[in-house]
Amino acid sequence: MSTAFTHPYIPNTAEATKAQMLTTVEASSVDEFYADVPDRLRLHRALNLPEPLPAEQDLARHVRGILAANRSTDEVLSFLGAGTYNHYVPAVVDEVIRRSEFLTAYAGEPYEDHGRFHALFEYQSLMGELLAMDVVNVPTYDGFQAAATGIAMAGRMTGRARVLQVSDVLPEKQSKVRDFVRARMHVEVVPCQGGLADLDALTAELGDDVAAVWVETPSATGALETRLREIADAAHAVGAVVMVGTDPIGYGVLAPPALAGADIVTGDIQSLGLHQWFGGAHAGFIAVHDDPRFVMELPSRLFGLATTDVPGEYGFGDVAYERTSFALREEGKEWVGTASALWGIAAGVYLALMGPAGMAELGELLLARTRYAQQALAAVDGIRLGDDAVHLREFTVRFADTTAAAVIEALRADGIEPGVAVGDDTLLVCVTEMTSQADIDRLAASLARLSAPASASALKEQHA
Amino acid sequence: MSLPVAPKPSPRRFHQAQWDEPIVFELHCAGERGIAVTPVEPGVREAVGDVVAALPASLRRPAPPHLPEIGQMRVLKHYLRLSQETLGSDLNVDIGQGTCTIKYSPKINDQLIEVPQLRELHPRQSEASVQGALEITWRLEQLMAEISGMHAVTFQSPGGSAGIWTNIAMIRAYHAARGEAEQRDEVITTIFSHPSNAAAAKEAGYKVITVYPDADGYPDLTAMKAALSDRTAAIMVTNPEDTGIYNPAIQQWVDAAHGVGALASYDQANASGILGITRAREAGFDVCQFNLHKTFSAPHGCGGPAAAANAVSEALAPFLPGPRIVREDDGFAVRQPGPLSIGHVAPGFGVVLHVVRAYAWIMALGAEGLRTASEIAVLNNNYLLHEVTRIPGASAPYATGRRRIEQVRYSWQELFEQTGITSEEIGIRMTDFGFHYWTSHHPYVVPQPFTLEPTECYSKAEIDEYVAALAEVARECREEPEVVRSAPHNQTVHHTHHDDLDDPERWAITWRAYRRKYFGETPVDDVVAA
Repeated sequence: MSTAFTHPYIPNTAEATKAQMLTTVEASSVDEFYADVPDRLRLHRALNLPEPLPAEQDLARHVRGILAANRSTDEVLSFLGAGTYNHYVPAVVDEVIRRSEFLTAYAGEPYEDHGRFHALFEYQSLMGELLAMDVVNVPTYDGFQAAATGIAMAGRMTGRARVLQVSDVLPEKQSKVRDFVRARMHVEVVPCQGGLADLDALTAELGDDVAAVWVETPSATGALETRLREIADAAHAVGAVVMVGTDPIGYGVLAPPALAGADIVTGDIQSLGLHQWFGGAHAGFIAVHDDPRFVMELPSRLFGLATTDVPGEYGFGDVAYERTSFALREEGKEWVGTASALWGIAAGVYLALMGPAGMAELGELLLARTRYAQQALAAVDGIRLGDDAVHLREFTVRFADTTAAAVIEALRADGIEPGVAVGDDTLLVCVTEMTSQADIDRLAASLARLSAPASASALKEQHA
Repeated sequence: MSLPVAPKPSPRRFHQAQWDEPIVFELHCAGERGIAVTPVEPGVREAVGDVVAALPASLRRPAPPHLPEIGQMRVLKHYLRLSQETLGSDLNVDIGQGTCTIKYSPKINDQLIEVPQLRELHPRQSEASVQGALEITWRLEQLMAEISGMHAVTFQSPGGSAGIWTNIAMIRAYHAARGEAEQRDEVITTIFSHPSNAAAAKEAGYKVITVYPDADGYPDLTAMKAALSDRTAAIMVTNPEDTGIYNPAIQQWVDAAHGVGALASYDQANASGILGITRAREAGFDVCQFNLHKTFSAPHGCGGPAAAANAVSEALAPFLPGPRIVREDDGFAVRQPGPLSIGHVAPGFGVVLHVVRAYAWIMALGAEGLRTASEIAVLNNNYLLHEVTRIPGASAPYATGRRRIEQVRYSWQELFEQTGITSEEIGIRMTDFGFHYWTSHHPYVVPQPFTLEPTECYSKAEIDEYVAALAEVARECREEPEVVRSAPHNQTVHHTHHDDLDDPERWAITWRAYRRKYFGETPVDDVVAA
């Protein structure tokens, strides 16, 4: 054991302390504690790692130096969405989630971690109001996992294997869901018409072997499903579960899926008060009605209100703990582990700040800017909208004379990230409250310059 | 003249703040708001008209969501009070949460992730504009490859159990690629491996076989060999196990699995005591995962965000989830998953905040520091083991008398037999002294269990303080049992009735469910929708 190494993160390296502790436990050296690690499994050399930077100032300069190579969306004009969104994060949200107590707490009991249970119960409750549902889980990893779990729940409940996906889904999300349910279920795509579900095609596929009908609204292209009630009625008629994947950002003005017959509603809360963080700050919600058949299939923790020895006092605790893998290992529902609870607290703070007026105004703003951007871009020669559906925050445009890749490359040179290519000639464009009218006008003007016939054909040649 | 020194109470009196804080809905005051939203520009409004009125009826919300209306400062005050009612590990001697490796999360690492060049970065920006994020991820992959001895690493998994899932998903894809998906339908684990190994294997479609310890308390090699067959897809084991015991025959386990064509998956959630000492590669594992939020010091965030490092052999590398980051002559580039890959397991590039934090932690310590951290964690644990087992009524079943690695699963069975007081009751009483204490995962194979893990971060004085509180509670169990039975006495809330939480008629998982069940209120959405 090293004798000289003292690091600020490791208090007991002082020789006298170590010696005292070793004497107490009657060991001659720390090596004795590794008696069970066979010699042939020992490394017998130092790990080959870079020289350390134990001085905090040197470490900070090194890490910040690497990160300085990034150019953030503060420096470029971004129309990027596709699952990660540039929404405004109120300062109070950052203030709360930076608090040491929340940041470093973990698995405390309802007594010494009363505030954690309280805050997460409130998150569940605020989301419940937004979604008009009585049960919301402590967040799972992300919206991908939430959808995968929602579909797996439907499989367990119905004992059926077929899933009918009737909306456009992000390819990465589809990949996750398919692999997750692969052992027991398979996902069949019923292609959309005009960005929305094809009800006739769905009806033709429905039967008593269908576990779930999977609707995404807004879809991967931002289209809002207008006929959810009819989809749900058709699915319920054959005993299938209606699993909706969504982003809750619009529900200040939009009707939540539960009002149109959804059984399980899932999605991501990154939009509700979390920075983009290179796609690294996601959390998934799963909401159901207060029906034990559904509740008992949820794998995640559920914090509920409980009475205490003092009448009128709110206590908190785990609801139906015996569902979980913590209690039952492989006989539990999926598994439960560390996921993304802090982001649930963030979303709770966000919704408490926004209130009904804030969410309604934001919903209207997003609808208005989306429509404005659609109009502005569709007015450019050589550009048309991907479909006629009502969109929230995202929509696609198609180019007649160039490719999406060429457009992206050309606009990046102007300091604009115009969107995500979702096909050779199709671009997914995202606007939020961070994208002003002037920003949208700038995008349209840049696209107009690009679509001048000469430059467009030159670009197409270049990328042929 | 100096002031007389007051005698220090033992154990010290410390606990989180106690506020009489209402539920956020009870703070509602009509007309207040917490934040203003930027308005729709007149030019936009003129161009698009009333977009809400233009919505099809099926899309329009019939009544606003029933969220509370609260001024900003009151919202802030509410959540700061709730934070103060939470005993985070920055304030606590948090060695009572075994299996979770609660170590110091350096504050500088939290500041490093706040730079706009990370916080305001989108995963689909041009590669040229995200070189820093790609580089730091790539660099940590290299560090983790050396720490594990494995061939390739990814941080796509958004949690430790998610990492366990990624392990079994890759194993499943590997067997499928070799045409053995149907034949291999069993996974073997041990009872003291983390429950998520069994649960993830089951979710992936496997029959789970659980091996119990041998007479000496070690994972039973003979029983494991008897369970192996050409139906075995994998062994999935945590080592050191949740008892803190390192399996000395781990290589024989791996060799036996390989002997029947199965793969070996190593859950390294308990690796905090073996960094730089022994690696997955030396024992022959095909895949392993580490928890960046435990072993590599990223904070636990009330239960996440979390992140895992999945490390694989060359044979399993094609099955890794994507996207992958590659180094090229002119910088770093992103590659989408190849044909054998299990695809995407999460959005973006995983939880990059924790990638940066873990990178900073490793760079602060270096090779010598990592090894020292492990050795001190093990020293602390064996010291704690010695002190706890001196308390009458406490014991450390399985491999009794042997040294342990980074944690121990203890038992109060003897104290329970003498006093009738359970481990759970002792845990509640411990909170009165400001300490967290975790019983253990179910099922309770160890009777009246509790699991402690001191890590390298707690000083001898803090360990002594924790032990003093445990000894005091044990004394109370014998001499003043009602004090323990009626705990907590020093908390925000009093003894909580868990029956409410298991009865579908009574459980209340949201405020609206509570108002509906107990006050007969119908939510406004239900009224207008009816």
